[in-house]
Amino acid sequence: MSNIPHLLVHDHEDNVGVVVVEGLTAGTEMFCCVTHDNSTFTLTAGADVPIGHKIALKDLKDGDTAVKYGEDIGKIIADIPKGGHVHTHNCKTKRW
Amino acid sequence: MFIHTIAKPNAGKERKMASKYSNITVKGFRRENGRVGVRNHVLILPVDDISNAACEAVANNVKGTMAIPHAYGRLQFGEDLEVHFRTMIGTGSNANVHSVVVIGIEPDWTKRIADGIRETGKEVAEFSIEQKGDFETIRAASWAAKDFVHKATEVQREECSISELWVSTKCGESDTTTGLGSCPTVGNMYDKLLPEGITGFFGETSEITGAEHICQKRAINEEVGERWYKMWKAYQDDVIFAHQTDDLSDSQPTKGNILGGLTTIEEKALGNLEKIGRTSQYIDILDPAEQPNSGKGLYFMDSSSAAAECVTLMAAGGAVIHTFPTGQGNVVGNPIVPVIKITANPRTVRTMGEHIDVDVSGILRRDQTIDEAGDALIDMIRRTANGRNTAAEALGHREFSMTKLYRSA
Repeated sequence: MSNIPHLLVHDHEDNVGVVVVEGLTAGTEMFCCVTHDNSTFTLTAGADVPIGHKIALKDLKDGDTAVKYGEDIGKIIADIPKGGHVHTHNCKTKRW
Repeated sequence: MFIHTIAKPNAGKERKMASKYSNITVKGFRRENGRVGVRNHVLILPVDDISNAACEAVANNVKGTMAIPHAYGRLQFGEDLEVHFRTMIGTGSNANVHSVVVIGIEPDWTKRIADGIRETGKEVAEFSIEQKGDFETIRAASWAAKDFVHKATEVQREECSISELWVSTKCGESDTTTGLGSCPTVGNMYDKLLPEGITGFFGETSEITGAEHICQKRAINEEVGERWYKMWKAYQDDVIFAHQTDDLSDSQPTKGNILGGLTTIEEKALGNLEKIGRTSQYIDILDPAEQPNSGKGLYFMDSSSAAAECVTLMAAGGAVIHTFPTGQGNVVGNPIVPVIKITANPRTVRTMGEHIDVDVSGILRRDQTIDEAGDALIDMIRRTANGRNTAAEALGHREFSMTKLYRSA
Protein backbone atom coordinates (compact mmCIF):
# COMPACT_ATOMS: atom_id res chain seq x y z
CA MET A 1 0.00 0.00 0.00
CA SER A 2 1.52 3.27 -1.05
CA ASN A 3 -0.12 5.50 1.56
CA ILE A 4 0.37 4.91 5.27
CA PRO A 5 -3.10 4.67 6.83
CA HIS A 6 -4.20 6.87 9.74
CA LEU A 7 -7.00 4.53 10.78
CA LEU A 8 -7.44 0.76 10.58
CA VAL A 9 -10.80 -1.02 10.71
CA HIS A 10 -10.94 -4.79 11.32
CA ASP A 11 -14.18 -5.66 9.59
CA HIS A 12 -16.80 -4.11 7.26
CA GLU A 13 -19.48 -4.54 9.95
CA ASP A 14 -17.49 -2.41 12.41
CA ASN A 15 -18.68 1.06 13.43
CA VAL A 16 -15.37 2.06 15.05
CA GLY A 17 -11.80 2.16 13.77
CA VAL A 18 -8.36 2.45 15.45
CA VAL A 19 -5.97 5.39 15.05
CA VAL A 20 -2.55 3.94 14.14
CA VAL A 21 -0.44 7.11 13.84
CA GLU A 22 0.89 9.40 16.56
CA GLY A 23 -0.25 13.02 16.85
CA LEU A 24 -3.51 12.82 14.89
CA THR A 25 -5.27 16.21 15.01
CA ALA A 26 -8.91 17.23 14.54
CA GLY A 27 -9.73 18.01 10.94
CA THR A 28 -7.24 15.54 9.45
CA GLU A 29 -8.57 13.87 6.34
CA MET A 30 -7.77 10.32 7.41
CA PHE A 31 -6.76 7.60 4.99
CA CYS A 32 -8.54 4.51 6.35
CA CYS A 33 -8.07 0.82 5.60
CA VAL A 34 -10.25 -2.20 6.35
CA THR A 35 -7.73 -4.93 7.22
CA HIS A 36 -10.14 -7.73 6.25
CA ASP A 37 -9.71 -7.00 2.52
CA ASN A 38 -7.43 -3.93 2.39
CA SER A 39 -10.26 -1.78 0.98
CA THR A 40 -9.82 1.93 1.71
CA PHE A 41 -11.90 5.05 2.39
CA THR A 42 -11.43 8.52 3.85
CA LEU A 43 -12.91 10.08 6.98
CA THR A 44 -12.37 13.41 8.73
CA ALA A 45 -11.12 13.19 12.33
CA GLY A 46 -13.46 15.09 14.65
CA ALA A 47 -10.99 15.41 17.53
CA ASP A 48 -7.32 15.07 18.48
CA VAL A 49 -7.17 11.31 19.09
CA PRO A 50 -4.09 9.47 20.46
CA ILE A 51 -2.60 6.45 18.73
CA GLY A 52 -4.50 3.27 19.61
CA HIS A 53 -7.75 5.05 20.44
CA LYS A 54 -10.97 4.61 18.48
CA ILE A 55 -12.95 6.86 16.15
CA ALA A 56 -16.64 6.47 15.21
CA LEU A 57 -17.12 5.58 11.55
CA LYS A 58 -20.70 6.93 11.62
CA ASP A 59 -22.98 8.86 13.98
CA LEU A 60 -23.51 6.68 17.06
CA LYS A 61 -26.43 7.18 19.47
CA ASP A 62 -26.78 6.56 23.19
CA GLY A 63 -27.86 2.90 23.49
CA ASP A 64 -26.20 1.72 20.26
CA THR A 65 -23.79 -1.21 20.26
CA ALA A 66 -20.14 -0.59 19.46
CA VAL A 67 -18.96 -3.14 16.87
CA LYS A 68 -15.33 -4.12 16.28
CA TYR A 69 -13.93 -7.39 14.84
CA GLY A 70 -17.55 -7.70 13.60
CA GLU A 71 -18.48 -8.35 17.25
CA ASP A 72 -20.24 -6.55 20.12
CA ILE A 73 -17.62 -4.73 22.23
CA GLY A 74 -19.98 -2.75 24.48
CA LYS A 75 -22.73 -0.14 24.65
CA ILE A 76 -22.57 3.47 23.56
CA ILE A 77 -23.63 5.67 26.54
CA ALA A 78 -23.54 9.14 24.91
CA ASP A 79 -24.14 10.36 21.36
CA ILE A 80 -20.93 10.37 19.30
CA PRO A 81 -20.71 12.17 15.95
CA LYS A 82 -19.06 10.49 12.96
CA GLY A 83 -15.30 11.06 13.31
CA GLY A 84 -15.56 11.47 17.11
CA HIS A 85 -13.38 9.88 19.80
CA VAL A 86 -14.88 6.65 21.22
CA HIS A 87 -13.59 5.61 24.64
CA THR A 88 -14.52 5.05 28.30
CA HIS A 89 -16.37 8.40 28.51
CA ASN A 90 -18.96 7.30 25.94
CA CYS A 91 -18.69 3.51 25.65
CA LYS A 92 -19.01 0.87 28.38
CA THR A 93 -18.85 -2.91 28.84
CA LYS A 94 -22.08 -4.87 28.88
CA ARG A 95 -20.47 -7.54 31.05
CA TRP A 96 -19.44 -6.37 34.52
CA MET B 1 -10.71 -30.71 36.47
CA PHE B 2 -8.51 -33.78 36.02
CA ILE B 3 -10.75 -35.20 33.33
CA HIS B 4 -8.90 -35.99 30.17
CA THR B 5 -10.45 -36.83 26.88
CA ILE B 6 -9.21 -38.91 24.05
CA ALA B 7 -8.71 -35.73 22.08
CA LYS B 8 -6.63 -35.97 18.96
CA PRO B 9 -3.66 -33.75 18.23
CA ASN B 10 -4.33 -30.86 15.89
CA ALA B 11 -3.06 -32.34 12.67
CA GLY B 12 -1.50 -35.56 13.85
CA LYS B 13 -3.60 -37.96 11.83
CA GLU B 14 -3.83 -36.20 8.53
CA ARG B 15 -0.26 -34.94 8.43
CA LYS B 16 0.05 -32.80 5.35
CA MET B 17 2.91 -32.66 2.91
CA ALA B 18 6.06 -31.15 4.36
CA SER B 19 5.77 -27.36 4.58
CA LYS B 20 8.58 -24.85 4.56
CA TYR B 21 8.47 -25.05 8.37
CA SER B 22 8.94 -28.84 8.55
CA ASN B 23 12.71 -28.82 8.20
CA ILE B 24 13.54 -26.03 10.65
CA THR B 25 15.98 -27.33 13.24
CA VAL B 26 17.24 -25.81 16.47
CA LYS B 27 20.19 -26.59 18.72
CA GLY B 28 18.58 -27.64 21.98
CA PHE B 29 19.28 -29.64 25.11
CA ARG B 30 17.70 -33.08 24.97
CA ARG B 31 16.77 -34.20 28.48
CA GLU B 32 16.60 -37.64 30.06
CA ASN B 33 12.84 -37.85 29.41
CA GLY B 34 13.21 -36.91 25.73
CA ARG B 35 11.97 -33.36 26.09
CA VAL B 36 13.88 -30.52 24.42
CA GLY B 37 15.04 -27.47 26.35
CA VAL B 38 16.59 -24.27 25.03
CA ARG B 39 18.36 -23.15 28.21
CA ASN B 40 20.49 -25.14 30.66
CA HIS B 41 19.79 -23.73 34.12
CA VAL B 42 20.98 -25.13 37.45
CA LEU B 43 18.19 -24.06 39.82
CA ILE B 44 18.29 -23.48 43.56
CA LEU B 45 14.61 -23.91 44.36
CA PRO B 46 13.06 -22.92 47.70
CA VAL B 47 10.12 -25.05 48.86
CA ASP B 48 8.83 -22.15 50.93
CA ASP B 49 9.33 -18.43 51.56
CA ILE B 50 11.55 -18.90 54.61
CA SER B 51 14.07 -20.93 52.59
CA ASN B 52 14.67 -18.10 50.14
CA ALA B 53 17.68 -16.76 52.06
CA ALA B 54 19.52 -20.10 52.05
CA CYS B 55 18.82 -20.54 48.32
CA GLU B 56 20.08 -17.06 47.50
CA ALA B 57 23.22 -17.71 49.55
CA VAL B 58 23.93 -20.92 47.61
CA ALA B 59 23.38 -19.12 44.30
CA ASN B 60 25.79 -16.45 45.47
CA ASN B 61 28.41 -19.07 46.42
CA VAL B 62 28.19 -21.01 43.16
CA LYS B 63 28.28 -19.06 39.88
CA GLY B 64 26.15 -20.40 37.06
CA THR B 65 23.24 -21.26 39.34
CA MET B 66 20.02 -19.35 39.85
CA ALA B 67 17.84 -19.10 42.95
CA ILE B 68 14.11 -18.56 42.42
CA PRO B 69 12.83 -16.88 45.59
CA HIS B 70 9.05 -16.68 46.00
CA ALA B 71 6.46 -15.67 48.55
CA TYR B 72 4.61 -18.84 49.59
CA GLY B 73 4.74 -22.47 50.65
CA ARG B 74 3.66 -22.50 54.30
CA LEU B 75 0.23 -23.54 55.64
CA GLN B 76 -1.36 -23.86 52.24
CA PHE B 77 -4.01 -26.57 51.85
CA GLY B 78 -6.39 -28.15 49.37
CA GLU B 79 -6.29 -27.13 45.73
CA ASP B 80 -4.17 -24.08 46.62
CA LEU B 81 -1.47 -26.42 47.96
CA GLU B 82 -1.76 -28.60 44.85
CA VAL B 83 -1.13 -25.55 42.66
CA HIS B 84 1.93 -24.78 44.80
CA PHE B 85 3.35 -28.30 44.40
CA ARG B 86 2.58 -28.38 40.67
CA THR B 87 4.30 -25.03 40.20
CA MET B 88 7.41 -26.05 42.14
CA ILE B 89 7.70 -29.52 40.60
CA GLY B 90 6.83 -28.22 37.13
CA THR B 91 9.43 -25.46 37.32
CA GLY B 92 12.14 -27.91 38.32
CA SER B 93 10.98 -30.41 35.70
CA ASN B 94 11.05 -27.88 32.83
CA ALA B 95 13.34 -28.97 30.00
CA ASN B 96 15.19 -25.64 30.24
CA VAL B 97 16.50 -26.85 33.61
CA HIS B 98 19.53 -29.16 33.80
CA SER B 99 19.43 -30.00 37.52
CA VAL B 100 17.93 -28.71 40.75
CA VAL B 101 18.94 -28.11 44.36
CA VAL B 102 15.75 -28.07 46.46
CA ILE B 103 15.83 -26.43 49.91
CA GLY B 104 12.91 -26.35 52.36
CA ILE B 105 12.45 -25.70 56.05
CA GLU B 106 11.42 -29.32 56.81
CA PRO B 107 12.15 -32.61 55.01
CA ASP B 108 8.68 -33.92 54.02
CA TRP B 109 7.46 -31.32 51.53
CA THR B 110 11.07 -30.86 50.39
CA LYS B 111 11.21 -34.56 49.49
CA ARG B 112 7.82 -34.42 47.79
CA ILE B 113 9.03 -31.66 45.46
CA ALA B 114 12.46 -33.21 44.89
CA ASP B 115 10.91 -36.62 44.08
CA GLY B 116 8.41 -34.98 41.71
CA ILE B 117 11.26 -33.41 39.76
CA ARG B 118 13.28 -36.67 39.83
CA GLU B 119 10.55 -38.35 37.76
CA THR B 120 11.98 -36.51 34.74
CA GLY B 121 15.28 -38.35 35.25
CA LYS B 122 17.27 -35.21 35.99
CA GLU B 123 19.58 -34.85 38.97
CA VAL B 124 18.07 -33.35 42.12
CA ALA B 125 19.65 -32.76 45.54
CA GLU B 126 17.44 -31.91 48.53
CA PHE B 127 18.22 -30.20 51.81
CA SER B 128 16.11 -29.17 54.79
CA ILE B 129 17.03 -26.51 57.28
CA GLU B 130 15.49 -27.63 60.61
CA GLN B 131 18.03 -29.10 63.08
CA LYS B 132 20.87 -27.81 60.89
CA GLY B 133 20.40 -24.09 60.40
CA ASP B 134 21.17 -21.97 57.37
CA PHE B 135 25.01 -22.28 57.62
CA GLU B 136 25.18 -26.07 57.48
CA THR B 137 22.42 -26.26 54.84
CA ILE B 138 24.13 -23.68 52.64
CA ARG B 139 27.48 -25.47 52.99
CA ALA B 140 26.09 -28.87 51.94
CA ALA B 141 23.84 -27.44 49.20
CA SER B 142 26.72 -25.41 47.76
CA TRP B 143 28.77 -28.58 47.21
CA ALA B 144 25.82 -30.18 45.36
CA ALA B 145 25.23 -27.02 43.32
CA LYS B 146 28.90 -26.85 42.31
CA ASP B 147 28.81 -30.46 41.15
CA PHE B 148 25.70 -29.72 39.05
CA VAL B 149 27.34 -26.67 37.45
CA HIS B 150 30.33 -28.75 36.33
CA LYS B 151 27.98 -31.32 34.80
CA ALA B 152 25.65 -28.75 33.20
CA THR B 153 28.48 -26.86 31.56
CA GLU B 154 29.71 -30.02 29.83
CA VAL B 155 26.34 -30.76 28.20
CA GLN B 156 26.34 -29.93 24.48
CA ARG B 157 23.45 -28.61 22.42
CA GLU B 158 22.23 -31.01 19.77
CA GLU B 159 20.12 -30.72 16.66
CA CYS B 160 16.39 -31.01 17.32
CA SER B 161 13.31 -30.32 15.20
CA ILE B 162 11.44 -27.07 15.85
CA SER B 163 8.38 -29.31 16.23
CA GLU B 164 9.79 -30.56 19.54
CA LEU B 165 9.43 -27.15 21.19
CA TRP B 166 6.68 -26.35 23.67
CA VAL B 167 5.70 -22.72 23.05
CA SER B 168 3.33 -20.69 25.23
CA THR B 169 1.68 -17.31 24.75
CA LYS B 170 0.09 -14.62 26.85
CA CYS B 171 -0.12 -10.92 26.00
CA GLY B 172 0.35 -7.97 28.33
CA GLU B 173 -0.16 -4.22 28.54
CA SER B 174 -2.40 -4.80 25.56
CA ASP B 175 -3.85 -2.01 23.52
CA THR B 176 -5.71 -1.89 20.23
CA THR B 177 -2.50 -2.56 18.30
CA THR B 178 -2.13 -5.99 19.90
CA GLY B 179 -5.42 -7.10 18.34
CA LEU B 180 -4.37 -5.61 14.99
CA GLY B 181 -0.77 -6.80 14.86
CA SER B 182 1.15 -8.61 17.56
CA CYS B 183 -1.57 -11.10 18.64
CA PRO B 184 -2.39 -12.12 15.03
CA THR B 185 1.37 -12.58 14.53
CA VAL B 186 1.41 -15.17 17.32
CA GLY B 187 -1.77 -16.71 15.89
CA ASN B 188 -0.12 -17.02 12.50
CA MET B 189 2.87 -18.73 14.12
CA TYR B 190 0.57 -21.26 15.84
CA ASP B 191 -1.37 -21.88 12.60
CA LYS B 192 1.95 -22.75 10.94
CA LEU B 193 3.79 -24.64 13.73
CA LEU B 194 0.98 -26.57 15.49
CA PRO B 195 0.45 -28.71 12.34
CA GLU B 196 4.20 -29.43 12.47
CA GLY B 197 3.76 -30.94 15.92
CA ILE B 198 4.68 -28.30 18.49
CA THR B 199 2.83 -28.14 21.79
CA GLY B 200 1.21 -24.78 22.56
CA PHE B 201 -0.35 -23.08 25.56
CA PHE B 202 -2.73 -20.14 25.85
CA GLY B 203 -4.96 -19.10 28.74
CA GLU B 204 -5.96 -15.95 30.70
CA THR B 205 -9.40 -17.11 31.84
CA SER B 206 -10.94 -13.75 32.83
CA GLU B 207 -9.64 -12.11 29.71
CA ILE B 208 -11.72 -14.25 27.37
CA THR B 209 -14.83 -12.52 28.76
CA GLY B 210 -16.65 -11.07 25.77
CA ALA B 211 -15.18 -13.63 23.38
CA GLU B 212 -16.18 -16.78 25.27
CA HIS B 213 -18.68 -17.73 22.54
CA ILE B 214 -15.81 -17.75 20.03
CA CYS B 215 -13.31 -19.47 22.34
CA GLN B 216 -15.73 -22.29 23.13
CA LYS B 217 -16.08 -23.01 19.40
CA ARG B 218 -12.31 -23.23 18.95
CA ALA B 219 -12.18 -26.48 20.92
CA ILE B 220 -11.34 -29.66 18.99
CA ASN B 221 -14.81 -31.03 19.80
CA GLU B 222 -17.99 -30.14 21.67
CA GLU B 223 -17.06 -32.03 24.82
CA VAL B 224 -13.81 -30.08 25.25
CA GLY B 225 -15.65 -26.84 24.40
CA GLU B 226 -18.25 -27.52 27.08
CA ARG B 227 -15.60 -28.26 29.68
CA TRP B 228 -13.85 -25.03 28.69
CA TYR B 229 -17.08 -23.05 29.10
CA LYS B 230 -17.76 -24.56 32.55
CA MET B 231 -14.26 -23.61 33.67
CA TRP B 232 -14.66 -20.05 32.37
CA LYS B 233 -18.14 -19.69 33.92
CA ALA B 234 -16.93 -21.03 37.28
CA TYR B 235 -14.31 -18.27 37.40
CA GLN B 236 -16.96 -15.65 36.59
CA ASP B 237 -19.36 -16.89 39.25
CA ASP B 238 -17.02 -18.06 42.03
CA VAL B 239 -14.35 -15.39 41.82
CA ILE B 240 -15.42 -12.28 39.92
CA PHE B 241 -19.07 -12.03 40.98
CA ALA B 242 -18.21 -13.23 44.50
CA HIS B 243 -15.49 -10.63 45.09
CA GLN B 244 -16.17 -7.66 42.85
CA THR B 245 -16.74 -4.32 44.54
CA ASP B 246 -17.39 -2.42 41.33
CA ASP B 247 -17.71 -3.26 37.64
CA LEU B 248 -14.02 -4.21 37.42
CA SER B 249 -13.47 -1.34 35.02
CA ASP B 250 -10.45 -0.27 37.09
CA SER B 251 -8.83 -3.70 36.71
CA GLN B 252 -9.91 -5.39 33.52
CA PRO B 253 -9.15 -3.61 31.20
CA THR B 254 -6.20 -2.25 33.17
CA LYS B 255 -5.31 1.41 33.41
CA GLY B 256 -2.53 0.75 30.90
CA ASN B 257 -4.95 -0.92 28.51
CA ILE B 258 -7.27 2.08 28.72
CA LEU B 259 -4.43 4.54 28.10
CA GLY B 260 -3.65 2.48 25.02
CA GLY B 261 -7.19 2.85 23.72
CA LEU B 262 -8.91 -0.34 24.86
CA THR B 263 -12.34 0.55 26.26
CA THR B 264 -14.04 -2.67 27.38
CA ILE B 265 -13.21 -6.24 28.39
CA GLU B 266 -15.07 -7.46 25.28
CA GLU B 267 -12.74 -5.47 23.04
CA LYS B 268 -9.70 -6.69 24.95
CA ALA B 269 -10.86 -10.32 24.81
CA LEU B 270 -11.43 -10.29 21.07
CA GLY B 271 -7.91 -8.95 20.52
CA ASN B 272 -6.46 -11.46 22.98
CA LEU B 273 -8.03 -14.41 21.16
CA GLU B 274 -6.26 -13.40 17.93
CA LYS B 275 -3.29 -15.25 19.48
CA ILE B 276 -4.72 -18.62 18.42
CA GLY B 277 -4.91 -17.63 14.79
CA ARG B 278 -7.47 -18.67 12.23
CA THR B 279 -7.32 -22.47 12.20
CA SER B 280 -5.80 -23.63 15.50
CA GLN B 281 -8.01 -25.60 17.88
CA TYR B 282 -7.28 -26.50 21.49
CA ILE B 283 -7.31 -30.17 22.36
CA ASP B 284 -7.63 -30.03 26.15
CA ILE B 285 -7.87 -27.80 29.22
CA LEU B 286 -5.21 -27.67 31.92
CA ASP B 287 -5.46 -26.68 35.56
CA PRO B 288 -2.97 -23.99 36.67
CA ALA B 289 0.60 -25.36 36.24
CA GLU B 290 -0.66 -28.74 35.02
CA GLN B 291 1.48 -30.58 32.47
CA PRO B 292 -0.21 -31.57 29.20
CA ASN B 293 -0.83 -35.27 28.71
CA SER B 294 -3.19 -35.48 25.75
CA GLY B 295 -0.48 -35.44 23.10
CA LYS B 296 0.86 -32.71 20.85
CA GLY B 297 -1.33 -29.71 20.14
CA LEU B 298 -2.71 -26.55 21.69
CA TYR B 299 -3.88 -26.40 25.33
CA PHE B 300 -5.89 -23.82 27.27
CA MET B 301 -4.47 -23.37 30.77
CA ASP B 302 -6.82 -21.95 33.42
CA SER B 303 -4.72 -18.96 34.47
CA SER B 304 -4.64 -15.34 35.53
CA SER B 305 -4.02 -12.57 33.02
CA ALA B 306 -1.37 -11.03 35.30
CA ALA B 307 1.77 -11.43 33.21
CA ALA B 308 4.25 -12.90 35.68
CA GLU B 309 1.69 -15.26 37.25
CA CYS B 310 0.58 -16.57 33.87
CA VAL B 311 4.09 -17.05 32.41
CA THR B 312 5.17 -18.79 35.65
CA LEU B 313 2.25 -21.25 35.40
CA MET B 314 2.88 -22.00 31.73
CA ALA B 315 6.60 -22.53 32.39
CA ALA B 316 5.62 -24.98 35.15
CA GLY B 317 3.36 -26.67 32.58
CA GLY B 318 6.45 -27.29 30.47
CA ALA B 319 6.68 -24.42 27.96
CA VAL B 320 10.32 -23.72 27.00
CA ILE B 321 9.73 -20.52 25.00
CA HIS B 322 7.09 -17.87 25.65
CA THR B 323 5.78 -15.51 22.95
CA PHE B 324 4.53 -12.27 24.48
CA PRO B 325 2.64 -9.69 22.40
CA THR B 326 2.53 -6.25 24.00
CA GLY B 327 1.04 -2.94 23.02
CA GLN B 328 1.92 -0.35 25.65
CA GLY B 329 5.08 -2.24 26.65
CA ASN B 330 4.96 -4.89 29.38
CA VAL B 331 8.55 -5.61 30.48
CA VAL B 332 7.99 -9.07 32.07
CA GLY B 333 10.49 -11.93 31.90
CA ASN B 334 10.82 -15.34 33.53
CA PRO B 335 13.76 -17.00 35.31
CA ILE B 336 13.79 -20.20 33.25
CA VAL B 337 11.88 -19.45 30.04
CA PRO B 338 12.98 -16.91 27.43
CA VAL B 339 10.11 -14.46 26.84
CA ILE B 340 10.00 -13.10 23.27
CA LYS B 341 8.35 -9.66 23.12
CA ILE B 342 6.42 -8.68 20.02
CA THR B 343 4.85 -5.29 19.42
CA ALA B 344 3.03 -3.59 16.57
CA ASN B 345 2.85 -0.24 18.34
CA PRO B 346 5.33 2.17 16.69
CA ARG B 347 5.34 4.43 19.76
CA THR B 348 6.38 1.51 21.98
CA VAL B 349 9.12 0.57 19.51
CA ARG B 350 10.31 4.19 19.69
CA THR B 351 10.08 4.69 23.47
CA MET B 352 10.78 1.15 24.82
CA GLY B 353 12.85 -0.45 22.09
CA GLU B 354 15.20 -2.19 24.51
CA HIS B 355 12.34 -4.52 25.51
CA ILE B 356 11.24 -5.55 22.01
CA ASP B 357 12.50 -8.65 20.18
CA VAL B 358 10.17 -8.62 17.18
CA ASP B 359 8.94 -5.30 15.74
CA VAL B 360 5.80 -5.87 13.66
CA SER B 361 4.72 -2.22 13.47
CA GLY B 362 4.89 -2.60 9.67
CA ILE B 363 1.49 -4.30 9.98
CA LEU B 364 -0.07 -0.97 11.01
CA ARG B 365 1.63 0.83 8.10
CA ARG B 366 0.35 -1.95 5.83
CA ASP B 367 3.87 -2.62 4.57
CA GLN B 368 4.10 -5.99 6.39
CA THR B 369 1.52 -8.78 6.15
CA ILE B 370 0.47 -10.99 9.07
CA ASP B 371 2.01 -13.89 7.15
CA GLU B 372 5.38 -12.11 6.98
CA ALA B 373 5.15 -11.15 10.64
CA GLY B 374 4.39 -14.77 11.58
CA ASP B 375 7.48 -15.89 9.68
CA ALA B 376 9.58 -13.24 11.46
CA LEU B 377 8.35 -14.58 14.82
CA ILE B 378 9.11 -18.19 13.83
CA ASP B 379 12.62 -17.10 12.91
CA MET B 380 13.01 -15.39 16.30
CA ILE B 381 11.77 -18.58 18.02
CA ARG B 382 14.44 -20.51 16.08
CA ARG B 383 17.18 -18.05 17.04
CA THR B 384 16.04 -17.92 20.68
CA ALA B 385 16.02 -21.72 20.84
CA ASN B 386 19.56 -21.70 19.43
CA GLY B 387 20.68 -19.54 22.32
CA ARG B 388 20.01 -15.89 21.45
CA ASN B 389 19.15 -14.11 24.68
CA THR B 390 15.83 -12.26 24.56
CA ALA B 391 15.48 -8.63 25.58
CA ALA B 392 13.96 -9.74 28.91
CA GLU B 393 16.92 -12.05 29.57
CA ALA B 394 19.46 -9.38 28.68
CA LEU B 395 17.70 -6.90 30.96
CA GLY B 396 17.57 -9.35 33.87
CA HIS B 397 13.78 -9.74 34.04
CA ARG B 398 13.23 -12.91 36.09
CA GLU B 399 9.74 -12.41 37.49
CA PHE B 400 8.53 -15.57 39.21
CA SER B 401 5.06 -15.20 40.72
CA MET B 402 3.17 -18.01 42.37
CA THR B 403 -0.58 -18.24 41.83
CA LYS B 404 -2.46 -18.24 45.14
CA LEU B 405 -6.08 -19.44 45.09
CA TYR B 406 -7.06 -18.38 48.65
CA ARG B 407 -5.64 -17.46 52.08
CA SER B 408 -3.33 -19.92 53.79
CA ALA B 409 -4.51 -21.64 56.96
